[in-house]
Amino acid sequence: MGVWTARRVLPGFPLALGYTLIYLSLIVLIPISAVFLKAATQGWESFWAAISTPRVVASYQLTYGVSLLAAAINVVFGLILAWVLVRYHFPGRRIVDALVDLPFALPTAVAGIALTAIYAGNGWLGQWLQPLGIKVAFTPLGILVALIFIGLPFVVRTVQPVLEDLETELEETAASLGADRWQTFYRVVLPPVLPALLTGFALAFARAVGEYGSVIFIAGNVPMVSEITPLLIITKLEQFDYPGATAIAAVMLVTSFILLFLINGLQAWANRSHPGGTA
Amino acid sequence: MSAVVATHWTVHSRRFETSAATREPAWVRGMLIALALAFFALFLLLPLVTVFAEALRKGWGVYFAALAEPDTRSAIFLTLLVTAIAVPLNLVFGVAAAWAIAKFDFRGKQLLTTLIDLPFSVSPVVAGLCFVLLFGAQGWFGPWLADHGVRIIFTVPALVLATIFVTFPFVARELIPLMEAQGQEEEEAAIVLGASGWKTFWYVTLPNIKWGLIYGVILCNARAMGEFGAVSVVSGHIRGRTNTLPLHVEILYNEYNFAAAFAAASLLALLALLTLVLKSLVEWQGRQQMNAGQQL
Repeated sequence: MGVWTARRVLPGFPLALGYTLIYLSLIVLIPISAVFLKAATQGWESFWAAISTPRVVASYQLTYGVSLLAAAINVVFGLILAWVLVRYHFPGRRIVDALVDLPFALPTAVAGIALTAIYAGNGWLGQWLQPLGIKVAFTPLGILVALIFIGLPFVVRTVQPVLEDLETELEETAASLGADRWQTFYRVVLPPVLPALLTGFALAFARAVGEYGSVIFIAGNVPMVSEITPLLIITKLEQFDYPGATAIAAVMLVTSFILLFLINGLQAWANRSHPGGTA
Repeated sequence: MSAVVATHWTVHSRRFETSAATREPAWVRGMLIALALAFFALFLLLPLVTVFAEALRKGWGVYFAALAEPDTRSAIFLTLLVTAIAVPLNLVFGVAAAWAIAKFDFRGKQLLTTLIDLPFSVSPVVAGLCFVLLFGAQGWFGPWLADHGVRIIFTVPALVLATIFVTFPFVARELIPLMEAQGQEEEEAAIVLGASGWKTFWYVTLPNIKWGLIYGVILCNARAMGEFGAVSVVSGHIRGRTNTLPLHVEILYNEYNFAAAFAAASLLALLALLTLVLKSLVEWQGRQQMNAGQQL
């Protein structure tokens, strides 16, 4: 191993790396491998039966479908919000900028009960939407609202630094060559922002898929209709169906791994096309 | 989220607004600002205001009575206790991991960095389940622990473990890019001049990473105090014993005791606001430090 032969001036490498590996193993790797081992020991048939019942499949469709939609909505409004924060000056800009991180700081359970209070039939917005035939709380639409809340800062905060570092010269060149503002945005501004936008989308999606606290209050949790996959794991645990809960958790973990490597790839791409963005 | 620090440490400029070529027509600008502010008000501001409005709906008397409840007070204490254990442990880990990854080259570094991020993409519910599978009655170590009179699931240690898991990457993620950007020349100079490793870290590295470190701790702390899903799985929801503040909010809410639920929630919302204020201050300080560094 070249690790041990390289000459190093700085001390502490074996201690720091050793501690990192032990702590990582104890807190993260061993607990996660427990899920896969437990799932593997129950046999393929019972595993497959647990992850493919109609109720579980309905929960995947709901969880992944609504998460995709929420992340897509966040891409649009997150880009607009980041654009406005970087390019324009208006009263309250700093406060808006600081509060964009609210979903990172506000506990999910608090967000959950607040959103439910807003959108319930007698709530601040619910009482106006109800007569129009729009029910938000206790339907999949409520889940969408919660997941938009949770995912918004991921898009804004990945896009914002890229927008800040854009060279004005390129846009000026495009304008002087006769491009209108929309063409300039579409052909000059958007391409370098795209990797960051996709990264933000993937981050928001990954967070939404696993989200629990903000969703369960507003979802109504009706099986086959508004029951998300993480809640199903908890339901199985409460019924002491450990193999069932573990099998579903294994499916969620596999998607987590895929998303993690996808996000890493996207971030590497974003860093290549926008060096210095994260340094 | 490593990019977050970098964002705010770069100097914001008005350069886009000076030239006609990089500026939209006024009506487009106005529309975009209106759209952004409407979205912001609907999805961020309204939930925040609602928490306080609902908490105070029945007046200050009811509000303070709800907070003075013994179960609420013990939930507050438990949340503080869990956080006071979890955050320092992740702080030490974050520094060790960043030291190894940012200052040295070794095989598998990229994989290690990815694995450190893993808890961010794992559902909190799955995180809680992991510890049930390890320490629960039917888990790997559960029966052995039970024979020795030790219970972990449905006790405070389980809450601590679950909290450490979900807040694992926060400090490391802030420090790794920061320390990578700073290089190792300053530390090498200190070592060559005869300083010990600890002294070098204390007097050379630590002042350089101070703001990034505080930033990571603030985020880690906010998440630790507010964590819901993971602790919900391992807590058992025993009132006065294993109920953290977010779990207590849920119990009160499900009992239709909305005033008390929102009163407890308002404490967590205040914590979130405090977090955002501290974060902005740290970003400002970090920017000052970076500007001073650039002028040298």
